[in-house]
Amino acid sequence: MLAALIIVFREVFEAGLIVGIVLAVTGSVPHRNRWIGGGVLAGALAACIVAAFTGALSQLFAGMGQELFNAAILGVAVVMLTWHNVWMAHHGREMAGELRQIGQAVAEGSKSLLALAVVVGVAVLREGSEVALFLYGVAAANGGSGLSLAIGGFIGLALGAGVCLLTYFGLMRIPPRALFATTTVLITLLAAGMATQAVAFLERANWLTSLDTVVWDTGWLLPETGIAGRTLHTLIGYTDQPTEMQLVVYIAVLLVTFLLMRLTGSQAPNRAVAVG
Amino acid sequence: MFAVPMTKRLILAAFCALATLQASPSQAQQATEIRLTYSNGQFQPSQVSAPADKPILFRVKNLDAKAMEFESTSLRVEKVVAAGTEGVINVRALKAGRYEFYDDFNDKARGALTVQ
Repeated sequence: MLAALIIVFREVFEAGLIVGIVLAVTGSVPHRNRWIGGGVLAGALAACIVAAFTGALSQLFAGMGQELFNAAILGVAVVMLTWHNVWMAHHGREMAGELRQIGQAVAEGSKSLLALAVVVGVAVLREGSEVALFLYGVAAANGGSGLSLAIGGFIGLALGAGVCLLTYFGLMRIPPRALFATTTVLITLLAAGMATQAVAFLERANWLTSLDTVVWDTGWLLPETGIAGRTLHTLIGYTDQPTEMQLVVYIAVLLVTFLLMRLTGSQAPNRAVAVG
Repeated sequence: MFAVPMTKRLILAAFCALATLQASPSQAQQATEIRLTYSNGQFQPSQVSAPADKPILFRVKNLDAKAMEFESTSLRVEKVVAAGTEGVINVRALKAGRYEFYDDFNDKARGALTVQ
């Protein structure tokens, strides 16, 4: 039971962190629960489908189907997160200043919510498909001990939800004015981290072979498998053995986000004077 | 208003171009192939070896009725192998040393690769 709990919790942990951050980011947007909840549900559903077809998925692209699928959905999440940041740089200030009609703000806000719902869905899908496979295997294998394993699994799931709530309430303690800047940084690092994970999958599939030298190895100091390493891995994309390509892509995503935010942020007409 | 999607599209296009440039299938030297089977929650064989400085290709056949996840921190490998299927795992050229692997869904299944 404990083993099942640990395995499930480890998988749900990452999704919990991401959902918690997204909830904090969308704190004041109306109807956000519907969108985020929809993202979680869609992700869970997709996870079951992916789990059911894992064998078939693996056989695609000369056995590299899983890797390429993961790289692709991570890529989608990176684009969505970046787009959200750029969109917020453009509209966030106006929305916060209540310069817009509420109806319009909601309509436009939902565009950004859709992007974040996709991110939540991707996070749940990635982690959830392994949980589904594991629990399915448990259920299929044996009846008696299967129940206790399933209970362990569900406790793990509940703990993951706990991580989500902790992240959310932790972030909500930040004063509203600082929250926007904090979540912007968090989302940017999250996107850069996901991009490096996508690179790792492409490297494993042998689709990306240039700059594949490992730059450093900090596994002895902060192993990626430990709880701290895992948290940093999710939040900022920490890897104990990054390749050159991963570092290049990481920095590129940070730069592109920064440039796009500067570009679109300054285009906004009647830009509100910095709050003094 | 249109500036946003436009810039984004341009940057995306640039990225795609870069990606196609970089993403050439590996014409590196022949990989060492290692075949493993997984049954009754154990790897067979559980101790394998390979020469250093050459890429390695694992073929893991899962004979059990449930999925397993072939994982190794030191090899930077993580792959779900569904019941009754074979997973193919690429590993880059390695320095000499001992690299442990395990089934992430089952603590008891462990093995190691010795590179010399």
